[in-house]
Amino acid sequence: MTTVITVPPSLDDHSFEQVLEQVAPLPLDAKILVDARHARWASPYGLTALLTLAQTRTERPSFAVPELDDTASYWARAAFFQHAESVYDLRGSYPKRRETGESNVLLEITPIAKSNDVHDVVGRVQEKAQQIIKTELKLESKAIVGFAMTLSEVCQNIIEHAGHGGWVAVQSYRWTKRLGRRVVVIAVCDAGLGFRRSLESAPGHTPSDRWDDASALEEAVIRGVSRFRERGRGQGLAGARNYVGRWNGKLSVRSGTARIAIVPSWDDDVPLAEGLAAFAGAQVQVIIPEAVAEGSER
Amino acid sequence: MMNHIDISSVLRQTLACDLYSNLVTRSTGAAVRGQIEQLLMDAGDRALTVIDFSHVSMIDLSCADEVVAKLLMRYADDTRPQDAYFLFRGVTEHHSDAIESVLERHGLALAIEQADGVQVMGVLRDVERRAWEATYRLARVGAGDVADEIGCSVDEAQEALDSLLQHRLVMYMDGDYVAVGRARG
Repeated sequence: MTTVITVPPSLDDHSFEQVLEQVAPLPLDAKILVDARHARWASPYGLTALLTLAQTRTERPSFAVPELDDTASYWARAAFFQHAESVYDLRGSYPKRRETGESNVLLEITPIAKSNDVHDVVGRVQEKAQQIIKTELKLESKAIVGFAMTLSEVCQNIIEHAGHGGWVAVQSYRWTKRLGRRVVVIAVCDAGLGFRRSLESAPGHTPSDRWDDASALEEAVIRGVSRFRERGRGQGLAGARNYVGRWNGKLSVRSGTARIAIVPSWDDDVPLAEGLAAFAGAQVQVIIPEAVAEGSER
Repeated sequence: MMNHIDISSVLRQTLACDLYSNLVTRSTGAAVRGQIEQLLMDAGDRALTVIDFSHVSMIDLSCADEVVAKLLMRYADDTRPQDAYFLFRGVTEHHSDAIESVLERHGLALAIEQADGVQVMGVLRDVERRAWEATYRLARVGAGDVADEIGCSVDEAQEALDSLLQHRLVMYMDGDYVAVGRARG
């Protein structure tokens, strides 16, 4: 029997939880069909998380592609179908070749498995990010370097800790619904070890009384703890945290059954969500918004 | 003896690729540091080496930890393989956030060559910073000169100079201290 998993019309880090709530109760080898026929929009997080979802299944899942041409075309430009072909049995018609041209896609979905992939990603995104951060987000030039640095560090999180390849995507768009401003969004998702298991593998690790996914995320994201005991380790996410703090952005990291977020004043997300549907690996999202004149922030 | 190491050349050799000018990833940083240490082995028992970032587009935290922090720690340690000193060149806003962050993390400091002279970046006590600036200004000094210049006791000045020597920010030459950047090895 195949279980149909419905993808919500608007797919972002929050609505992706609806997908996970449907999948989590099923055995890993249960046959599923991820139904995105009625999807109209997806954030980079939504798209990379959909690919990651397939990697958590032992039985190759099916995927019904969006029916709307505009949506399918956008997903194709983001290279979603190109990669989805390798992890899903795709159903329905979709653009077989990626269209090029003007697009919000700074970096189409790209697999990350080794150090050179990070070099490639940072190199590819640099020029376009420079233009968008300066002219569209109206941020200082220091924000450009920090952006590349943050992108590099969150991608390295996969190489250093996941034990499994992952995906990265970077897009810029006007976030009308929540913010009414332009944003640049980095999404990095993997189906690897996750933070709790990674930290548990540290030599001499002794779990606290309350040791779970949430406390592992607090250790890693807030306190900069790494499974490596060297003093310089664990600074990647701390750097990302500093970067979003400086440019009024948002960082959220989901792993296992918990999600931690550095929440800016323009957002009403909770700093820590626990008891979520289980999802392997780690999923990171960085949002950097357009600058606004002081006092005019929503 | 004064050496020059162009980090972008080392990066290209390390990656065997001309396409990349970004110092990113911990493994790349470790490999680049390994190459630098190889080059230092050929530089003699005592050497001042210019570490040149001029052609490096950016550096991330992990790479800065490997290339800058671990390099400085190795040669500041009493078990250092040789008497090496470093002057950093071409460090711009594309590198400074990551470098400052790792210096702070490890309590390190380094000398940076800029258009208007050499400055120190990183973690130093106020007396050490003033002692370094006095040493740089006066060219060759003893503890008494520094004490007079910054208005502290000779003991305090001596302690600051010893610490700067440990940080590889001054060299001890023929009974005098010389600031890195003033000294040419």
